[in-house]
Amino acid sequence: RMHMTNYDNFLSLPLSLSRSLSLSLSRSLSLFLSLSQEKQYVGFATLPNQVHRKSVKKGFDFTLMVAGESGMGKSTLVNSLFLTDLYKDRKLLNAEERINQTVEIIKHTVDIEEKGVKLKLTIVDTPGFGDAVNNNECWKPITDYIDQQFEQYFRDESGLNRKNIQDNRVHCCLYFIPPFGHGLRPVDVEFMKALHEKVNVVPLIAKADCLTPNEIKKLKDRVREEIERFGIKVYQFPECDSDEDEEFKQLDKELKECCPLAVIGSNTVVEARGQRVRGRLYPWGIVEVENQSHCDFVKLRNMLIRSHMHDLKDVTCDVHYENYRAQCIQDMTSKLTQDNRMESPIPILPLSTPDVETDRLIKMKDEEVNCYVIMGNITYIG
Amino acid sequence: TPHSCKTVPGPGMGDFSYVGIDAILEQMRRKAMKQGFELNIMVVGQSGLGKSTLMNTLFKSKVSRKSVQATSQEKIPKTIHIKSVSHDIEEKGVRMKLTVIDTPGFGDQINNENCWQPIMKFINAQYEQYLQEEININRKKRIPDSRVHCCIYFIPPTGHCLRPLDVEFMRRLSKVVNIVPVIAKADTLTLEERDFFKQKIREELRANGIDVYPQKEFDEDAEDRMINDKIREMIPFAVVGSDQEYQVNGRRLLGRKTKWGTIEVENIAHCEFAYLRDLLIRTHMENIKDITSSIHYEVYRVRRLNENNTAVAHANGLPQHHMTSHEM
Repeated sequence: RMHMTNYDNFLSLPLSLSRSLSLSLSRSLSLFLSLSQEKQYVGFATLPNQVHRKSVKKGFDFTLMVAGESGMGKSTLVNSLFLTDLYKDRKLLNAEERINQTVEIIKHTVDIEEKGVKLKLTIVDTPGFGDAVNNNECWKPITDYIDQQFEQYFRDESGLNRKNIQDNRVHCCLYFIPPFGHGLRPVDVEFMKALHEKVNVVPLIAKADCLTPNEIKKLKDRVREEIERFGIKVYQFPECDSDEDEEFKQLDKELKECCPLAVIGSNTVVEARGQRVRGRLYPWGIVEVENQSHCDFVKLRNMLIRSHMHDLKDVTCDVHYENYRAQCIQDMTSKLTQDNRMESPIPILPLSTPDVETDRLIKMKDEEVNCYVIMGNITYIG
Repeated sequence: TPHSCKTVPGPGMGDFSYVGIDAILEQMRRKAMKQGFELNIMVVGQSGLGKSTLMNTLFKSKVSRKSVQATSQEKIPKTIHIKSVSHDIEEKGVRMKLTVIDTPGFGDQINNENCWQPIMKFINAQYEQYLQEEININRKKRIPDSRVHCCIYFIPPTGHCLRPLDVEFMRRLSKVVNIVPVIAKADTLTLEERDFFKQKIREELRANGIDVYPQKEFDEDAEDRMINDKIREMIPFAVVGSDQEYQVNGRRLLGRKTKWGTIEVENIAHCEFAYLRDLLIRTHMENIKDITSSIHYEVYRVRRLNENNTAVAHANGLPQHHMTSHEM
């Protein structure tokens, strides 16, 4: 029974409306109820909430790649970040089995829902990377994989039916640098350079619990300097807006100063200082994963999930993918001219067929139906 | 200190269960606020139906064509003009670029045959412009959107039924753009006359297969359908516009003052302006834009791409299927 008593109940919502939807829609409603009290408002301040509602319905997706040698704690870190157990049935290979191992690409997908928001998370694992004796170009399967996702998206985007395009492009690649050395090794440099123009590279110092605070500082300084020296373009955090609050700006500053982040992961819960925490139990003490004085795990999680996930996706779409697409088109057109099948390259762009409607209109010459289009200062005569 | 160790059983356990993915909504909202929104509304109807006034009333500012043009004398033009006026407006930190597209001359001639054509052409030209930008090699990060999101069609308050011109226009244009029909200058109809008129209009729209916004076939799920069914039972909204304020019961309200009373524009007991405003702006704006981009525009795009493939194949003497590897 839909009974409308006054216009405030224009969209009287049924009780069965899902909680998250009703939350964002009711936020919308309460916003415009309050607006309606203030007669001078038009009411489009509800727009962000309308966009909210659409996103909550659709859900989000995010593809995260992890790369680095075996034993750097990649799986543990992923489990810690997303509170999952993706690697339950994993079988670890021994050295002999690994001699001829090639780099594989393995995808794990998990659906996470929190407070009504759905995230389809895809983790792209790269076992075998850097594990062989000869690791020449061991990143090739990885760059190929990234390119394949771009190509698939390009194809889908250019196709006729674009209703349900799946976005499998890699939004971020966490690269695990071993803490044992004195900075970047040749394989680290080559890998990051092979990838930095295809994906957002976020370098991490793995297993940071084997370093003292001083050692960590020295290593970070060294890695930062080498990244600059070798011209590696790691993911840059966007600048803070001038109108952001001070707390946000402070956090942002701290984040930038801490890079590369030194992380520790854990699948186990220990009791420390009377509390249950994720951590690693040693005879000399307990390392707490979420303790910011122990490691940068919290910073990584906040950055990756809570503050920069959207920007990571944006940079992937607006920069890396666009570069790929532009290059692809150039390659396609230059290939055609080389073919000598045609005198000039096929005019794929811009579309050269005249508008069918225009042709008919011009032929009609009906004097009562001329038309002028006036946009700004330009006049078009049709 | 006592030590203990336990394998984490999985997500959903106590303090450990919060990853924080809902924060992405806040990230999106921040970005949307920074970018601002675009909205392009077209108004179509004969002279004198209050189109410009209604736009000004909707956006509570002088956004219509009449507000910006120098001449105060309004003569009916001999041809159909299409005039676009853009404004940047802001409310509670949300910025919007509003473009009102007016179509003076529509339906005003003696012979109105084919008067929808310039409008159809304009709408398609915006789709074309967007498509060109989209297929560019180096395309802009954010393609400027000049596509018409919504076309408000003004029905004169005859009280009887739709005129042939109304049917012809809406039948053709509803296939390329979201049409929101309204009964203009509804202060000449009593409530009974209004209800009767609306019912007749709805019947005629149905009989002619005209799908106005919100179109039934684009309801996404049961929740949408429930809300939109309600709206479909109420349209077309009977509206009255005004940019004059009057004192009523100690409050200043937008209205029209007559000898027999003051019509309060935002009072739903008087007219349905508030419903139109709520639909267009407060609740369904994003949906209107969504349908424009994911349905109307896509239909146009598919047609153009198919045309192009045929043309390019012919131009090069190749069979059409050969072109699919180069299909954009």
